[in-house]
Amino acid sequence: MNSAEHLLDGRSAAVQSAARDSATSWRHLDDLESEAIHILREVAAECANPVLLFSGGKDSTVLLRLAEKAFRPGTFPFPLLHVDTGHNFPEVIAFRDRTAGRLGERLIVRSVQDPIDRGRAKLKNGNQSRNALQTVTLLDAIAEFTFDACIGGARRDEEKTRAKERIFSVRDTFGQWDPRRQRPELWSLYNARLDTGENMRVFPISNWTELDVWQYIARENLELPSLYYAHPRRVAVRGDILVPINGMTQLDANEQVEERFVRFRTVGDMTTTVPVESQGTDAQAVVAETLAARLSERGATRLDDQTSDSSMEERKKAGYF
Amino acid sequence: MAPVDQEAGGGLLRFATAGSVDDGKSTLIGRLLYDSGTVPEDQIAALDRTAARNGESEIDLSLLTDGLTAEREQGITIDVAYRYFATPRRKFIIADTPGHEQYTRNMVTGASTADAAVILVSAQVGMTAQTRRHITLAHLLGVPNLLVAVNKMDLVDFSANTFAGVAASVAEFAATVGAEQPILVPVSAKFGDNVVDASARTPWYEGPPVLAALEGLPQASRRCADASFRFPVQLVRRVAGADGSQTRRYLGRIESGRIAVGDTIAVLPASTDTRIRAIWTFDGPLDTAAAPQSVALEVSDELDIARGDVLAHATARLRVSDRFNATLCWLADRAHEDAGRILIKTGTRTVAARLARVDHRLHGSALGAEPSPTALARNDIAQVTIQTASPIAFDAYCDNRATGAFILIDEATSATVAAGMIEDAVTCPTLAGT
Repeated sequence: MNSAEHLLDGRSAAVQSAARDSATSWRHLDDLESEAIHILREVAAECANPVLLFSGGKDSTVLLRLAEKAFRPGTFPFPLLHVDTGHNFPEVIAFRDRTAGRLGERLIVRSVQDPIDRGRAKLKNGNQSRNALQTVTLLDAIAEFTFDACIGGARRDEEKTRAKERIFSVRDTFGQWDPRRQRPELWSLYNARLDTGENMRVFPISNWTELDVWQYIARENLELPSLYYAHPRRVAVRGDILVPINGMTQLDANEQVEERFVRFRTVGDMTTTVPVESQGTDAQAVVAETLAARLSERGATRLDDQTSDSSMEERKKAGYF
Repeated sequence: MAPVDQEAGGGLLRFATAGSVDDGKSTLIGRLLYDSGTVPEDQIAALDRTAARNGESEIDLSLLTDGLTAEREQGITIDVAYRYFATPRRKFIIADTPGHEQYTRNMVTGASTADAAVILVSAQVGMTAQTRRHITLAHLLGVPNLLVAVNKMDLVDFSANTFAGVAASVAEFAATVGAEQPILVPVSAKFGDNVVDASARTPWYEGPPVLAALEGLPQASRRCADASFRFPVQLVRRVAGADGSQTRRYLGRIESGRIAVGDTIAVLPASTDTRIRAIWTFDGPLDTAAAPQSVALEVSDELDIARGDVLAHATARLRVSDRFNATLCWLADRAHEDAGRILIKTGTRTVAARLARVDHRLHGSALGAEPSPTALARNDIAQVTIQTASPIAFDAYCDNRATGAFILIDEATSATVAAGMIEDAVTCPTLAGT
């Protein structure tokens, strides 16, 4: 038995008991919610022209509910922006438009295709992941609308690099993140002041985990794109990974396609987002599955983050959200 | 399994960890994450590959908290990292503060929001100058609970006498600086003794393991619900009533205490009184609310209330002054030398200010006083007098962290250059009491 197996055995009891009991004790959600509302109100008060990045994904859907809690019955003091990769799932785009309409808030959509067409962004091939290319479109949109702050749904538990991210995170003139230049963040006294050309990224759900997000979705009864819940889907089984079959899937010669019950844990670029097997057809069931899950969100669902241990750090330094 | 105790424990617990690499801090955090089932399989597999590559038989748990490429290359830790784990009883946020030369800045940052400080001491080495500094800083930042993990008990044969000796010196020092008496736990982070599970190798120890001790600690924000009501106004928004009239709502978070509809409150620093007419949330109106809720308040009178004002009960006001004493921690790389203009942010108010006087610098591991320093450099802690351009409302930090804390912002670069804790008004005009 190697050491990993040995340690996994030791902790399985803790995982199971957590799955049993945690659904009954969600008081921490009140604390996290109040903190996020406080952060959203600080952005609204201190930044001249903020924008909320809404992708139609679960994290930014939670952000919208938090914005309702912070500002209703008034309108949001910021528009919504979606950087559309052109590789989004159609269900997610439909959900995005329906949600913005229901809330009566202004939705701005800027497409990754635009800089590709104008030659500002280059693709190695047509089906390549467009995650990294979102950077160009985001920076263009920031310049077009002179946004000084972008509110996003990133969480510190997602990835090692994010663990050191500030709630108010300064990006330089080129949209780049420099870990050494980040401001110390004490108490809840956020410093939102900017030098000329600088831009602020604000992460109100920094302290939430994937489990917290799902518990909140269940508690608030939030609608999500149907992809987040178990459904039959044709996939190619590639090692531990289920590659969904769509117009852009490139199958190896001897790969078999089969139908499995799956759900997506993230719904980003169609070419790099893969589902997990699931029987979770509602938020409560997904909470239970998340408690039992033993693969990290990015490890299980993103093909691009497996490229190298520091791929996220490199993209963040280049201005990736 | 015992049912979740909603009163003691429960909710979020934020704790800061302090200790040098040699004390086994990363291993302790790794062990907490690991044994609580937080570490995903793919991360364990990555560690397993690393161990195999380095010819190690055991996974190095400290690698779980290893961060950026830049740090790995240089073998240092740049900054405070936040980690998350949950047990059936509560959710935890760890502010993992590294112990190199930027140490003071990082520990102050991590401790500022902490409900507890977990300080590592090696059983082999005993209390060091750094331990004394950790305890002093935790006390200075008003961290309400202190837990000292006496680590590496495996290297001293789990000796009760060794533990008792270290425990006595730690307790004695904590008493000397006026800190809370720490919870002392003999542990071996490497082998898991008294981290999550009670160890059979310390039969002489009757207290809880580290995790159980943390699960039972009170949450500072809940404790705040018993303190005086403090509500820094973040935003003012107008709401149209059914009859077409406009009502102003004051948006903010209750930082401490509780409030009820009908309560008489004071608006500070202006010091005008009014009554609470309504308490709103998205989910409907409330009769009462308490820290740490974010709410919207309506008051009975048409008053000029703006962002930066603080609402308090009329019978328990904040102090108001434009000159006060404070303990300052200088965070910026650039030293502070001149008495130039600077911005101070406390609560939701930002005003111009200057350092009127640097009274003395706190020096050495026990932070003894060194009189009349000429300049403040990074990681310096000093007693200062601050003059603001207009009066601000505040509490002493020891009475209320939210209304006694401030940051200083360099107006030219917008950088956060210092963090401070207010002690008292200098000239004490006590406008608030009149």
